[in-house]
Amino acid sequence: MNRSLRFLPLLVLLAFVGAVAWRLSSPADEKIESKMIGRTIPAFALAPAVPGKAGLSSKDLGSGKPRMINVFASWCVPCIAEAPLLAELKAKGIPIDAIAVRDRPADVAEFLAQRGDPFERIGADPESRAQLALGSSGVPETFIVDGAGIIRYQHMGPIEPDDLPVLVAQWEAAK
Amino acid sequence: MIAEAGLAALWLAAALAALQLALACGLGGEQGKSIRAVRAVAVTQGLVTLIAFAALVELFLRSDMSVLLVAENSHSQKPWLYKFAGTWGNHEGSMLLWVTVLALAGAIVALFERRLDHKTLGASLGAQALLALGFFAFLLIASNPFERLDPAPLDGRGLNPLLQDPGLAFHPPTLYLGYVGLSVAFSLAVGGLIRGNVGPAIARAMRPWILAAWVLLTLGITAGSYWAYYELGWGGWWFWDPVENASLMPWLAATALLHSVNVLAARGGLRAWTMMLALVAFSMSMIGTFLVRSGILTSVHSFAVDPLRGTFILALLALYIGAALALFGLRIAHVKEGAPFEIVSREGGLVANNLLLSVILGIVFVGTLYPLVAEALSGDKLSVGPPYFNSVASPLALVLAALMLVGPQLKWRRDAKPVLPRVAPGLLVAAAVLIATVLLAPNIGLLPRFGLAIGAALLPASLLPLIGRSLRRTPLAIWGMVLAHTGVAVAILGMASDSAFTQEKLTAVRPGERVAVGPWLVEFRDVLPIAGPNWTALEAELRASRGSGVTVLNPQSRYFAEPPTTTNEAAIDTSWNGQLYAVLGEPTDQGGWQLRLWWKPFVTLIWLGGFLIACGGALALAGRVFRRRPQGFYRTGPFV
Repeated sequence: MNRSLRFLPLLVLLAFVGAVAWRLSSPADEKIESKMIGRTIPAFALAPAVPGKAGLSSKDLGSGKPRMINVFASWCVPCIAEAPLLAELKAKGIPIDAIAVRDRPADVAEFLAQRGDPFERIGADPESRAQLALGSSGVPETFIVDGAGIIRYQHMGPIEPDDLPVLVAQWEAAK
Repeated sequence: MIAEAGLAALWLAAALAALQLALACGLGGEQGKSIRAVRAVAVTQGLVTLIAFAALVELFLRSDMSVLLVAENSHSQKPWLYKFAGTWGNHEGSMLLWVTVLALAGAIVALFERRLDHKTLGASLGAQALLALGFFAFLLIASNPFERLDPAPLDGRGLNPLLQDPGLAFHPPTLYLGYVGLSVAFSLAVGGLIRGNVGPAIARAMRPWILAAWVLLTLGITAGSYWAYYELGWGGWWFWDPVENASLMPWLAATALLHSVNVLAARGGLRAWTMMLALVAFSMSMIGTFLVRSGILTSVHSFAVDPLRGTFILALLALYIGAALALFGLRIAHVKEGAPFEIVSREGGLVANNLLLSVILGIVFVGTLYPLVAEALSGDKLSVGPPYFNSVASPLALVLAALMLVGPQLKWRRDAKPVLPRVAPGLLVAAAVLIATVLLAPNIGLLPRFGLAIGAALLPASLLPLIGRSLRRTPLAIWGMVLAHTGVAVAILGMASDSAFTQEKLTAVRPGERVAVGPWLVEFRDVLPIAGPNWTALEAELRASRGSGVTVLNPQSRYFAEPPTTTNEAAIDTSWNGQLYAVLGEPTDQGGWQLRLWWKPFVTLIWLGGFLIACGGALALAGRVFRRRPQGFYRTGPFV
C-alpha cells in the first residue's frame, strides 16, 4: 500500500466523527422551511363551509390588505387548543379567513358555536385540494398572505401562546 | 434478587475484562507465558456475561414489572415468545446481547484457537478485552438494563406491535451475532499488527470467524428484508433506509474480507489490504450500531434516542477504530509483501472483487451519511433515496456479478490459458437471455434486463469450478463457494424479475367487485372484524383466481390497544412463479375500501438466493472447522 495512503482511513474516520459530533452537539432543528413563502397564492374558489357565511376564494385575498388564513377542521383536536388564540389575534385587529378541511357543515357550525368564530369567511375543502395547493400537510396551519396575494408566512401545527408575537410581527411586516 | 444478581454479574464481567487486558499487556508475567491465565480469564468473563444476560431473559419471562426495562417494554399479557424476544427488543437489552456475544466470542477464541503463536493470541485477546470493557462501561454507566422501578406498576407498557412478529425473535440476534463475530477478525488483526505477525497463520485463524459472521449477517439481512416486505405492507424488499444500510455495510466489508483472506491464507498475498478490511468490517459494525442506537439519522426504524448514549458510543468507536487505524498506519510499513501475481489470475480476480465491493461500500457509506454532512456544511435538509443507490450501486453490483463468470475458474498466481472458452457457456446464456428479453419484454429497464441476463448466465457459470474435479474429493469449501455463487445468481434473477415484471393496482373497491392484476382476478368479498390475543382487526376476504386455481387472501388492518397503534398485515399468496401481495387500506366515503394489490413474479428468488448464499458460507465453514487436523492436534487440551 502506498505510504501516503496509510493514514487515509484514519482521516475518513476523523471526518465521520467530526460530522457526527457536530450533529450530536447541535440539537436537531425540527423546523421545516416552507417552500411556498414568496409565492402568489394558488387559485381556488371554495364554497361556504357553513350556511350564512361566505366561502373563500383566492380572489378574496390580495385585495390590498394582508390577511390570515387558518386551515382547520372540526375533527382536529389541536384546532380546539388554538381557537382562543385565534380569537386573541382577531381582537388585535387581524382579519382571519379559514379553510375547513374534509368537514361537514353541521360539524363546522357546532365547532364554531362551541369554540368561538373569529373567521370572516370559511371555505369548505372537502377533498383537501386547496389545502394541498397551499402546501399545507396537516391541520391546523396558519398562513399570512399580503396585500398583493403573496404568501408571506406559514405556521405549521397549532398556534401556541409563544407564537402570538411572531404572528403579529409577520402580519405587521406583510402590510 | 435476579436483577441485582444480573447487575453484579455485569460488574464482575467488566472487572474480568480489565484483568484480561492487564494480563495481556504484560502485567503479572512475561507476555506469551501468561497465555494460560489470559485464556482462563477470557472464558470466565464470557460465562459471567452469559449469566447476566440469562438474568435479564428470566426477568422478562417472569414479567417482573419492578424492573424499569421490563415495565417499559413488556406486558404480562404478551405471548411467551414475545416476552422472550422482548429481552433484546429495546436499547439496553440489545446492548447487553451485543456485549454477551462479544465476551462469548472472546471465550471461544481463548478455548479453541491453537494454531496461532501465543504472543499474537495474547495481544488479540487483550484487544478483545478492551473492546468488551468499553461496552461494559457503556452498559453500567449509561444503559443499565437492571434498573429498578419503585413503586412497581401493575403492568408493563407493551411492545411496538410491528415487532410482535416471529421474525423479531431471531432477526436482531442473528445480525448481532454477525456484527460481533467480526470483532474477532478485528482483534486478530490488531494482535497481528502489534506483534508484526501478519501472514497466513493469522488469516487461517480469522477465516472461520469471518465465515460464521458473514453467514449470520447474510441470514440476518435476508430475513430482515423479508420481514420488512411482509410486515410493513409497502411491497418493497429493500428501502435503502439508514438502518438497512447499517447492516449492509458490514456485510459488504465482510464479503470483501472473506475473499481477500483466502489470498492471504493460501498465497500469503494482500497482507495490508486484508488487515485493513478486517479493521473496516468490525468498524462498520460499530458504526452501524451507533447509527441505529443514536437515532442520528432519520429512519423508519424507531429506536430510543438519547444524546448521552450517542456520545458514549461515538467516543468508544472513535477511540477503538481510531487506535486501530493509527496502529495500521504506523505498523503496516513493516509488513512484508506477499507473493507476486499477474493480473489474470485468481488473485487478480479477487482483487477486482475487493475493489468493486469496496467501491459499493463507499457508495453506501457516502449515501447514508451525506444528509448529515450536507446539513453540517450548508444547512440544507435532504435525504438520499433509492434513485441514488439504485443507479450508482446496482450497475457496479452487476459488473461484479459479471466478473463472477470468470473469477472462480482462474488459477492462482498466473493463468496463461485462454479465458474465453471457460466463459463461453455463461456468455452464450447471457446473450440468449438478452435477445429473449428484448423480443418478449421490450419495455423493461436496462438494469433489470442486464440483471436477468447476468443472473441467468451465472447459474451455469457458478457450477464450472466443479468441472475436472473428482466430486467426492472436492473440498467442502469449494462446494460452499459454488453454492454461494449460485445463490447470488438466484437472488439477482429475483431482484431483476421483481423490478422488471411487477404489476401494481391501487383501487377503491366495494364488496362483490373484481380487480385484475397480472394473471390474477381478485374478488373483494367482504370486510369483517376479528380479534386476536392483544389486538382487534378488520379483515378483508379476497378470492383470487387464475386459471383453475382459487385462493383466499385475508389482509388485515390491525389495531393494538397497548400502545395504541394500527398496523397493516399484508396477505401474501406464494406460488412457484411469484407472489400475489394484498394490503387493505382505509374505508372510502362511498362504502368501499382502498385495496392495494401487487403481482410479483419470482420475487421469492431474492430470499431463496440469500438463503443459498448463507448455506454456501455454512458449508465452507464446516469444511474449514471439521477438516482433518494434523496428527497430535488434540494432545493439548484447553488452557494449555
